[in-house]
Amino acid sequence: MPFGYVSPEQQMRDKADYARKGIARGRSVVVLQYEHGILFVAPNPSRALHKISEIYDRIGFAAVGRYNEFEALRLGGIRYADINGYNYARDDVTARGLANLYAQNLGQIFTESMKPFEVEIVVAEVGDSSDEDHIYRLTFDGSVFDETGLVAMGGQAEAVAGRLKERYRDGLPLAEALEAALFALTEPGGERSPASQLEVAVLDRNRPHRKFLRLTGPRLERLLAEGAGAAAPAPEPGAADAPPTAPEGEIDTGSGG
Amino acid sequence: MGSHRDLPAGMVNHIFTNSGISSFTEFVGSYAPDLLPGRNEALAAPVGDRIPHATTIVAATCAGGVVMAGDRRATSGNIISQRDMEKVFRTDDYSCMGIAGAASTGIEMARLYRVELEHYEKMEGRTLSVAGKANRLATMIRGNLGMAMQGLVVVPLFAAYDPEIDGGRIFGYDVGGGPYEQQQYHSIGSGSIFARGALKKLYRENASPEDTVLALIHSLYDAADDDSATGGPDVTRKIWPVVALITADGFRRLSDDEVAGYVQTVIDERMSSPDGPAAPLR
Repeated sequence: MPFGYVSPEQQMRDKADYARKGIARGRSVVVLQYEHGILFVAPNPSRALHKISEIYDRIGFAAVGRYNEFEALRLGGIRYADINGYNYARDDVTARGLANLYAQNLGQIFTESMKPFEVEIVVAEVGDSSDEDHIYRLTFDGSVFDETGLVAMGGQAEAVAGRLKERYRDGLPLAEALEAALFALTEPGGERSPASQLEVAVLDRNRPHRKFLRLTGPRLERLLAEGAGAAAPAPEPGAADAPPTAPEGEIDTGSGG
Repeated sequence: MGSHRDLPAGMVNHIFTNSGISSFTEFVGSYAPDLLPGRNEALAAPVGDRIPHATTIVAATCAGGVVMAGDRRATSGNIISQRDMEKVFRTDDYSCMGIAGAASTGIEMARLYRVELEHYEKMEGRTLSVAGKANRLATMIRGNLGMAMQGLVVVPLFAAYDPEIDGGRIFGYDVGGGPYEQQQYHSIGSGSIFARGALKKLYRENASPEDTVLALIHSLYDAADDDSATGGPDVTRKIWPVVALITADGFRRLSDDEVAGYVQTVIDERMSSPDGPAAPLR
């Protein structure tokens, strides 16, 4: 046995631990179904570096972890989708195909390279009805999970998912779904991210052509106000006199640092 | 750019490696060049009159946007090969293109161009400027020059809403790909000389979208009146021109019922004056 031998089991465990730690450093992203499609919400102070993106007509992408790594996956996914849609027909591009491509690539990187990707991603496709929606979650080792209803990933993912389950039900209107997502993404007693530090997008099955739509500016603020009004009519004590502060901890730039 | 031979076995060729700029066409060119149009072997002889040709497209700016309309006829030589062809294509939320010339090449170009614009938008997180869009289309036409020489000429007309000026812009092209921005109105295809003549008299600067649609339908009627390759409104089959309106609200293709209304207005007018409305002489 050569000096410095590490068993494959140990190697895999080390890599998985390393990837998990990297992912857990960033903030969470949630993806959930609502009345007319799928909603993506991510606290993200950067307006240029996206954690949420359009991949194709009916397919969206969300990621947590190391920015340069999931950005490479995002761009690769767009290339895959565009070339297949151009080569065959637009309807032949599916989230399942894309998830398989990512699984292949992530699995290969996990087993073959020294450093695994520190990313977790969601590929979601909106169908003609909520039964035909598909949400796939992929982890750093290329495992694929077929999810229904809601997904939370990133730092504190379990706590976020727990809180999201409290408020989530099937067929929530958009404003209420957004309110539920923000409730889940905010630690109890913590400050909510202002609209300017939120990245919000939907795959709206009622839109023509491309279903993906980023919600920003006044439209987002209206939705936030609507959701807050519907969910919490009682004023929060002490909220008025406390100056707004940034969320605790390091601000996540999507770069996983 | 790394060769795909450097990648681990089983990894999909270039998809996860950066192939340069955010252009879909350039990516396809390196990844699967056979998928690009215009890379075929040169044909032995021109086939121009054997494949369907698209004919007349008109476009005009209106208050807050631009309107494009196309007739529905495709001809192969003296045969009418299709009566309900689509020649005006939505290329993204704020632009469209119409094609005249070899239909097959035109449709392929419109399909590729749509992916090109969307690809850039998704990769970069911003849309191309209107000038950028017009230049990309010019590059594609230039790539088709070889096929054009064999008779597969395609000349598009490009129209877009430009948020910078809160209005519409129109670009015409030659077979070599030269982009020429047109003020006010433009027309392409075999019936274009007649359509342009009509538009010269009917176009009003800053007219409402409704009035502009009506002027365009009048001009298509005139093109069909004098050009055998341009189809007039097919009342019995209820086939109406394709009309697209692009404003700050985005691209909208008018419904058949809406267009039928405009067409009926034009036909009613032509019942009493077959040559259409007369412009005041002084």
